[in-house]
Amino acid sequence: MSRTDWEVVIGLEIHTQLNTQSKIFSGASTAFGAEPNAQACAVDIALPGVLPVLNKGAVERAIRFGLAIGATVAPKSIFARKNYFYPDLPKGYQISQYELPVVQGGQITLQVPDGKGGAYEKVVNLTRAHLEEDAGKSLHEDFHGMTGIDLNRAGTPLLEIVSEPDMRSSAEAVAYAKALHALVRWIDICDGNMQEGSFRCDANVSVRPRGQAEFGTRREIKNLNSFRFLQQAIDYEIQWQIDLIEDGGKVQQATVLFDADTGETRAMRSKEDAHDYRYFPDPDLLPLVISSEWIERVKGELPELPEALSARFQGEYGLSAYDATTLTASREVAQFYLDTVAAAGAANAKTCANWVMGELAGRLNKAELDIAASPVSAAQLAGLVQRIADNTISNAIAKKVFEALWNKEGESADAIIEAQGLKQVTDTGAIEAIIDEVLAANQKSVEEFRAGKEKAFNALVGQCMKASKGKANPAQVNELLKKKLG
Amino acid sequence: MIESSLKDIAAALRDKKVSAVELATESLSRIEAGNARINAFVTIDRDGALAAAKAADERLAAGTAGPLTGIPLAHKDVFCTEGVLTTCGSKMLSNFVSPYDAHVVSLLKAAGAVMVGKTNMDEFAMGSSNENSHFGPTRNPWNTDKVPGGSSGGSAAAVAARMVPIATGTDTGGSIRQPASLCGITGIKPTYGRVSRYGMIAYASSLDQGGAFGYSAEDCALLLSAMAGHDPRDSTSLEQGAEDFGRDLAKPLAGLRVGLPKEFFAEGMSDDVRAAVDAAIAEYRNLGATTVEVSLPNARLAIPAYYVIAPAEASSNLSRFDGVRYGHRAADYGDLNDMYCKSRAEGFGGEVKRRILVGTYVLSHGYYDAYYIKAQKLRRLIANDFAAAFQLCDVIAGPVSPTVAFGIGEKSDDPVQMYLSDIYTIAVNLAGLPGLSHPAGFGAGGLPVGLQLIGNYFGEARLLNAAHQYQQHTDWHTRAPAGV
Repeated sequence: MSRTDWEVVIGLEIHTQLNTQSKIFSGASTAFGAEPNAQACAVDIALPGVLPVLNKGAVERAIRFGLAIGATVAPKSIFARKNYFYPDLPKGYQISQYELPVVQGGQITLQVPDGKGGAYEKVVNLTRAHLEEDAGKSLHEDFHGMTGIDLNRAGTPLLEIVSEPDMRSSAEAVAYAKALHALVRWIDICDGNMQEGSFRCDANVSVRPRGQAEFGTRREIKNLNSFRFLQQAIDYEIQWQIDLIEDGGKVQQATVLFDADTGETRAMRSKEDAHDYRYFPDPDLLPLVISSEWIERVKGELPELPEALSARFQGEYGLSAYDATTLTASREVAQFYLDTVAAAGAANAKTCANWVMGELAGRLNKAELDIAASPVSAAQLAGLVQRIADNTISNAIAKKVFEALWNKEGESADAIIEAQGLKQVTDTGAIEAIIDEVLAANQKSVEEFRAGKEKAFNALVGQCMKASKGKANPAQVNELLKKKLG
Repeated sequence: MIESSLKDIAAALRDKKVSAVELATESLSRIEAGNARINAFVTIDRDGALAAAKAADERLAAGTAGPLTGIPLAHKDVFCTEGVLTTCGSKMLSNFVSPYDAHVVSLLKAAGAVMVGKTNMDEFAMGSSNENSHFGPTRNPWNTDKVPGGSSGGSAAAVAARMVPIATGTDTGGSIRQPASLCGITGIKPTYGRVSRYGMIAYASSLDQGGAFGYSAEDCALLLSAMAGHDPRDSTSLEQGAEDFGRDLAKPLAGLRVGLPKEFFAEGMSDDVRAAVDAAIAEYRNLGATTVEVSLPNARLAIPAYYVIAPAEASSNLSRFDGVRYGHRAADYGDLNDMYCKSRAEGFGGEVKRRILVGTYVLSHGYYDAYYIKAQKLRRLIANDFAAAFQLCDVIAGPVSPTVAFGIGEKSDDPVQMYLSDIYTIAVNLAGLPGLSHPAGFGAGGLPVGLQLIGNYFGEARLLNAAHQYQQHTDWHTRAPAGV
């Protein structure tokens, strides 16, 4: 019997913490890392009589997001109360949006790595994005037989971004999450700090036999705070569901947690224990009305978006889709690249791309530095690229020059080339002199070459380059050597 | 002096015939003498009152006094007061001292009014008789076997017993107008959004509205003018700034069109109440007003709509009382859930639990549309009725309560009978309109009867004008219970 070909269906709900100074319904600070409860005001701890007042900055960020994904920014949306009891939920309800969210629809185009070094394009549709407040934290350690409550996070503004179940593999889910992560930082609505919980993913996962129209029963994996965990959790969950079904079982709708230590998912609560949240419009808040003028103003302030910039990189600079996506992964990288091209000239855009994504990215990665803190500036890198382009230095020497720039051995590529005498030797006479010396010292190789051993030629080229300390123009060496041996 | 009008008290203060400290002392001794009998106050703040009175005297001396400077007043215990117990009539908050002042409290503090204490109320403002208080029922100063009405019964009784000349209250379904009527004083609930709800402990947020009690419309106008105004901390607060609600008091009533809803006069009103209400309306005609019949066909649906919407909001508003951060926590409990259950079971009284249960039910999955959404639609119909009526008239007049004050214990076993006592007042809250109750005579047992005036949105000045003109020609509002 042939095994069923399973299709995976994934939808993501991503909570992004909006980077406002104060909370969504109070004036308390949102800064991370304060003493427990030092940033919880009367509204945050839900004293009797207090009332919420909506932070306009949070709304503005939601509008930015809506515009960035081509969604409808609802002219009128409603805040609702989601009722449940928990000690770190001071009011006994969370203010969220339910029936009428502020952002409706929209889509994101992403490049998904195909596992063979290439990538394919994928469009993920979004269902909605809504504003809500975060809860506080329950601290179970450090309190013997008790629970500590820290309400600093209570009331922090969140934008919950809900996708359609459009993803078909963990790779697509991760690519989507990464694209969203890049976008929210790009439009400066979220700092994207996953360790601090500024960007948290819930994944709804189900499987169905390929060709079946209905979705399988889904399970929701909660609170994945790294792309690696997202991938691991989904992969484990997919296999778990397939194994269960193939063993004759049925998936029950459930909320599950991912255990990073074991790499497994386990059920937290089933559908039967699911809360009835008793949503209803919050009578303390008026409907959120967003004027078209406001939307237009925000639109005018949006930076060029990664998708548009990526298209421009492909069209104007001839970059591949994958390279263009890589260079638009963050605004800082894109800006560095743009600055480099601006200084090096558009004709060198491809070389600039190779250096930004290759040597520079690798070196930054090794040093654990952001591109903003790069010891090599865009102007310096552009200077280097120009010397490659005009044949002043070879690629091999360029790497040396880059290293010297990194180590602050000189102000510019030119200064380093000059000071360290790295200028490529293109003078035919000088190269011929080197070749003559090499030929005289390597008679054995010359004879081998003449006997038909092609490899001997390469060895001679290598010797010439070595003798020139790498500075001889390799093409010229080749040509002149051939002539001499010919 | 306490039984005088605010105008007279203010003049006496200005003319140094009395000091604010003397007034506060008089008020405090009246409270201390009468509270055992009436139980109008949960907290008496003698030290705070005397200190505030001293400060008021300094302002009076410095010539920086306003119309309320030095006037003793009481706050319903639903308003948070910094450093003073705020119980909301509940065991749940019997130990709660607020670290901040409600907006209304800070406005009146700034105006120089002298708070002498916090008044008793139905627990979390749920009730029509003040019997649902953890601190025992308030008694009607006209007859201590009778209820004062509710939920602001403590404030109404305190004013009726001449313990204070003015007091604050809140009105969610009639909780200012009904006790004002039953205690023979004047009370006004303004348009929803006039008075900030910040620091006013929420019962049903879309209906709750702060308001004023006094002997007369003129006094209520002064107090309300000091309480109202935009507050950026309350998103439902109206943009309109403070205004002088007493600006039209002297306007003659000639040409005033008084609408009489035929549904209010059809049945349900007791004979004594009907007689007083009819006489009062006749007096308005004498003063130059004309009457016109109007119809509020959906008003009969106000009680069912209210008893879905108000409990729904309350069930959520009261979730914060969980014993975690403040308020009552059970002494012994097992796990977290047990802590919640025991703390709330012990902390809340029967009526509060009943409304939390009803509210939770109507918001539940599968019932929401049938109850909550339906009730919201009724609410719209009721508001539309009023809008149509105000095409024909300037104010609407009718009874406040179907009967005079009923006996303590008389309806406490029958919640539906109790709910029906708010039949004339609730529709006004559902529509968000201003409403006023003023004394209009006496009924069975020599107990007061009030007349209700309902205004269009922002029509407070008109309501107060009408009531004031009536009070210029009648003396019901000057009558005080015996022994006061």
